[in-house]
Amino acid sequence: MKTLKDIPCGQIVKVKNLSGEKALKRRIMDMGITKGTDLFVRKIAPLGDPIEINVRGYELTIRKEDANIIEVESAV
Amino acid sequence: MKIALAGNPNSGKTTLFNTLTGSNQHVGNWPGVTVEKKDGTLRRNMGETVIIQDLPGIYSLSPYTLEEIITRKYLISDRPDAIINIVDASNIERNLYLTTQILEVGIPVVIALNMIDIVQKKGDIIDIEKMSEKLGVPVLEMSALKVVGETEVVRAALLAAKSGKCPTPITFSPETENVLREISELIKDYVSPQTLRFCSIKLFEHDGKTRLELPDAVKLQIEDLVYKFEDKAGDDSDSVIINERYNYISRITEECVILPHKGELTVSDKIDKIVTSRVLALPIFAAVMFLVYYLSISTIGGLMTDWVNETLFGEIVPNGIGAFLERIGTAEWLNALILDGIVAGVGAVLGFIPQMLMLFLFLTLLEDCGYMSRIAFILDRIFKKFGLSGKSFIPILIGTGCGVPGILASRTIESESDRRMTIITTTFIPCSAKLPIIALIAGTFFPRSAFVAPSAYFIGMAAIIVSGVMLKKTKPFKGASAPFVMELPAYHPPKPSAVLRTTLNRGAEFVQRAGTIILLASVIIWFLSNHSFSFRVSDVADSMLAVIGGGLAPLFAPVGWGKWEAVVAALTGIIAKENIVGTMGVLYNKTGIETAFTPLAAYSFLLFNLLCAPCLAACGTVAQEMKSRKWTAFALGYQCGFAYIVAFIAYQLGRFFSGTGFGVGTVAALVLVWAMLMMLFRKGEKKWRQS
Repeated sequence: MKTLKDIPCGQIVKVKNLSGEKALKRRIMDMGITKGTDLFVRKIAPLGDPIEINVRGYELTIRKEDANIIEVESAV
Repeated sequence: MKIALAGNPNSGKTTLFNTLTGSNQHVGNWPGVTVEKKDGTLRRNMGETVIIQDLPGIYSLSPYTLEEIITRKYLISDRPDAIINIVDASNIERNLYLTTQILEVGIPVVIALNMIDIVQKKGDIIDIEKMSEKLGVPVLEMSALKVVGETEVVRAALLAAKSGKCPTPITFSPETENVLREISELIKDYVSPQTLRFCSIKLFEHDGKTRLELPDAVKLQIEDLVYKFEDKAGDDSDSVIINERYNYISRITEECVILPHKGELTVSDKIDKIVTSRVLALPIFAAVMFLVYYLSISTIGGLMTDWVNETLFGEIVPNGIGAFLERIGTAEWLNALILDGIVAGVGAVLGFIPQMLMLFLFLTLLEDCGYMSRIAFILDRIFKKFGLSGKSFIPILIGTGCGVPGILASRTIESESDRRMTIITTTFIPCSAKLPIIALIAGTFFPRSAFVAPSAYFIGMAAIIVSGVMLKKTKPFKGASAPFVMELPAYHPPKPSAVLRTTLNRGAEFVQRAGTIILLASVIIWFLSNHSFSFRVSDVADSMLAVIGGGLAPLFAPVGWGKWEAVVAALTGIIAKENIVGTMGVLYNKTGIETAFTPLAAYSFLLFNLLCAPCLAACGTVAQEMKSRKWTAFALGYQCGFAYIVAFIAYQLGRFFSGTGFGVGTVAALVLVWAMLMMLFRKGEKKWRQS
């Protein structure tokens, strides 16, 4: 299972599924990361965490441990 | 008539609020500037009194953080007559997500597409007529910053409020609608018709914060319905709702929004390529911080402050006032009160205005351009280690201006224990009112050292980190780690007039304090230091102040300044920190401060006053934010205890290393250092994640 945490900088992926604890999952989905959304991994912070992604046309930063609940597949 | 401004964080609500009401609420380009609700009266006469309500930004009506709860509570319970939903047009999809929820609360809605100028400049096209038709509410273009279209928005909102016509909520998939209909049937006798839709959806989503008085049988029936639905759908009910909302938005934006330049690098992206890059991010951050404090404290601000202190308030003003008083022939005691009390006290504080203004100017620039959130992004990793969140840096940076908004800014932090930690540690960073103390001690006792003044910031930062590490290992702070989710706003060049206005406003508050609290305190200090307990004019040594301070002085002998003057100065710092300088100005007006302290004792005095409990205003804010006497007492007690220990260690070890003495104090200091190291490096309680 590939999650957003493992995606290198500069790649576009599609959200396949979200798991994890309810409040965290809800928070992440509220920000627009829902099934089928394209995510562009723009940057990894200088110290390796958090990461910056482009989702629905804006920039969002989340920690890798939280990105781990976002299962992704390569975008077509 | 009450109209509420609701929308995502950083979408421009407060900018619009300021334009509409003529207020001067603080704005900035980062999510979470507004953490309290504020109301004001519409300036423009529209035939009746219109109250405009500014609300903290919110991503969803299922709130997480404190300021989001405020907004939801207001919209649901206080029920304004209309809502102006401000939508950042340059980030339309996520902004419309909240819109789909606002359409459900049963209040007339008008949508203001803000920052339309940015969209147009980029060449993007939004068909507002089609969008208005799809959403079933008026959609208007606006630029709050450029003051375009805001009158039309208000007019539309008034019209909507008068018509009382509530928008039609969006329709979910047939399966979802079936369950929602059944829930509505079950609860329709318990809630008002306006909130029926909203409550049904919230119950469907298992939203625990919807406190409805429902019979247990009904609750069970609803739970049963939802569980059956979830089984069939193979997903949580709230996830289903969120998915459907975003799908609905995608359908609208596909029809109404054309983005010809999608995927191209924006100016912000290009700036970020450098500013948050792997190699350059940290050096740039360090350089920015150094420049801010170097320019405001040491160079431009410092030079001007020297002139104001030494020439203006050292010679020109006292000589001028003295000559004037002599000419009109006032009583001698009045001369003394004015010159030795007021001019010495207030002047000592006012002298730091240039440094203060420079610092405020840089802070405002940092807040306005969009760099704030980038700092949180760059530093989160480090702060996480210390039991803080990357967002903790924002309160700390704001705290260098003033601790009160700094502490308030902690509201955007998701985790309760991270937030408490941030509240306790934010005031360790020197605020602008502590700046005069730093400058006074550094300038008087260490005139040739360039490091003493910056060391204050370094020590503040170190105190935050050390406290974070130590406290995080104790039980009350163990808590679950909360997610760190933050939007990075687009950079925009700060508007000079707005920056200037904010800077001057902050400066004016400082002057106002000098003219009120500091003035009063200076008069009181002068009186108490010139009169004995029998209210006769007396020598300073027999004065009331000397007796009060003298009683407490032995307590501070181990930290090197067990003299009544110093103790009194520190005490008056509780009222306002710049008061310390004002008090010293009055008490050492004749003798001069240089002879009163050894440099080491002066530094210990500085350390204690930097780290101990903040001024009354900030203490009050701590109490308000902690909402618990126990936690407030802990915060203030910890700060004072920590300050005393640090000053003690510095003074005792400083004496030892400079060869002036080895004794019980040295041993005690070494024991304390050892204990602190133990606290820092012991194995902490294991962190756990909520599951």
